[in-house]
Amino acid sequence: MTNNSVIPEEINEEDSARIKAESSFGKRISLSVRVKEKIIEYFFALNGTVALIFIILIFIFLFKEGIQALNDIGVLDFIYYDQVQLDDSIKRLYEWYPTSSQPRFSLLPLVVGTLMTAIPATLISTFLGVGAGVYLSEIAKPKAREFLKPLIELFASIPTVVLGFLMLVVGATFFDDLFNPTNRLNAFIAALGLSFVIIPIIASMTEDALRSIPNDLRMASYGLGATKWQTISKVIIPAGFSGVSASILLGFGRAIGETMIVLMAAGNAANITMDLFLSVRTMTATIAAEMGEVSQGSDHYYALFFIGIILFTITFFLNLIAEIIINKMRKKNIF
Amino acid sequence: MNFQKKNKDLAGSFFITSTKVLFGFLVFILFLILAKITYEGIGVVSLEFIFDEPRNNMTEGGIWPAIFGTLAVTTIMVVLAVPIGVFGAIYLSEYAKDTFLTRIIRTAVNNLAGVPSIVFGLFGLGFFILFLGQNIDEILGTGLIWGQPCLLWASATLGVLVLPIVIVSTLEALNSVPKSHRDASLGLGATKWQTIKKVIIPQARPGILTGTILAISRGVGETAPILFLGAAFFLPNLPVVDLCIGDYCIPMINPAEQFMYLAYHIFILATQSSNPTLTLPLQYGSTLVLIGITFLLNITAIFMRYKYRKAIGRI
Repeated sequence: MTNNSVIPEEINEEDSARIKAESSFGKRISLSVRVKEKIIEYFFALNGTVALIFIILIFIFLFKEGIQALNDIGVLDFIYYDQVQLDDSIKRLYEWYPTSSQPRFSLLPLVVGTLMTAIPATLISTFLGVGAGVYLSEIAKPKAREFLKPLIELFASIPTVVLGFLMLVVGATFFDDLFNPTNRLNAFIAALGLSFVIIPIIASMTEDALRSIPNDLRMASYGLGATKWQTISKVIIPAGFSGVSASILLGFGRAIGETMIVLMAAGNAANITMDLFLSVRTMTATIAAEMGEVSQGSDHYYALFFIGIILFTITFFLNLIAEIIINKMRKKNIF
Repeated sequence: MNFQKKNKDLAGSFFITSTKVLFGFLVFILFLILAKITYEGIGVVSLEFIFDEPRNNMTEGGIWPAIFGTLAVTTIMVVLAVPIGVFGAIYLSEYAKDTFLTRIIRTAVNNLAGVPSIVFGLFGLGFFILFLGQNIDEILGTGLIWGQPCLLWASATLGVLVLPIVIVSTLEALNSVPKSHRDASLGLGATKWQTIKKVIIPQARPGILTGTILAISRGVGETAPILFLGAAFFLPNLPVVDLCIGDYCIPMINPAEQFMYLAYHIFILATQSSNPTLTLPLQYGSTLVLIGITFLLNITAIFMRYKYRKAIGRI
């Protein structure tokens, strides 16, 4: 203390600040640097929240436009339309016919159309995709896997419009000759096209799920005398079951949301049918085909946004469930 | 593993063989798709085809406006989406603690990747065009420029669509930088930002580039979101405007114009052609160009990722 009072003239303010700072370790970083670091952190944080902001914005703006439909059209009109016949009797119609003079907004044919393409596509893809995933993870040699996994990724990168075009030109003709279906473009053709999109998703996610299973389990199973297939079917697949089912859920969500393939290959006739060889019209294809021509602010316009809300909600929850399953699996696999 | 052979498992070997057959079948289908497109398209694709305009009601000529439009849209998309995605990933990987908010952000990223592409189209129309665009027009008082479908909003919408791809790829690249490098840098007295700038980003750069390439590939192949965001059936002029400073003019992409898009062009040729027999060869040609671009991009990305994963394995 006494020293301090002797030498103040000899060191300027800057030096004294430096000495002070150096004396307390950890506080050496000057205020300006700390402020700069904080600003940079907030800048990154702002960018980090953009994805969240856009999810919220999608939600808000779909509802902003689509909720009008409930006011203007009404919930029941989205299911059926009661047409008064000439003899004053009432005929209940389940039709999507929004441009008619008596506009009919039943979503039933569109929902049926979506399910008629998405469910068969998911079934085909589950069979092929899980098989391919099991092969990649358990059976293929590491060298082969290094080469084959990118092939699956390449498969996934084919633009959907190309797949739609091929199903329209090549696939439909091929199956027209083979099965002679009622409609040349039908739910089955669209489902086949969709499965090209979903197989790579299920295959690569199945592979990820199975590969995250610790090797100890395989070794223990072999040690007990199990064969390779017994290990796969009794140990590996049960252990990775949640991951595989998450991949199927995501694939199903993708099948529901896919647009171009069903727009080009499903025939776009709003049939309520269980026949795979009839044309169907999906929810996505309806938006894609009609949004361009609809006048803004009309009932039809709001109805299309309402279909968008339904699609968004379904896929949102499918994704959420799949993610919860995957997170649970990750936690469990840390032994 | 000789002891395994004592346990005869006929059904097992049947199933194992069948997964091999099944995988072979998938590879065969991929090969078939490529072979068909290449076989039908290779005769059409030439420099002239690529750099010519569609003529005679799109039954003759080339696809240059569609290629240019695709380049323009994806360029703006990259400029808009990649910085945000990369910075966002840096936040999630380097700064964010495992709080409720970060978990929600991660969920949002995964969920954004699963939103149907047609819903992005609706969102682009509702948010970018009708809300942002019309309000901008009203504030600037210049009449209808941004409140209608145009290149900028298509790019922005595709940017939101590819954001998760950029974020996930960048996150993977950042996670592959060993923690010891961060500790070493901080131990030498570097601040967090210096560590990120000088140590982490240089190592993660190939991964970030991979994510960008994958995002471009996804953007190039998307059709559904841009259907009603300004993709045009046919445009005689490229969406270009001369930006003049004094006498010196440079042509620039005009973000306020409509545009042709390669993927959309294929859709139009396939479904709304005036003469399907005449357009079919052109269509295969366009498809070959599109699939050529996406495959080239994807193979580059796969190769780069392979290389940097290997390099990181060596550290």
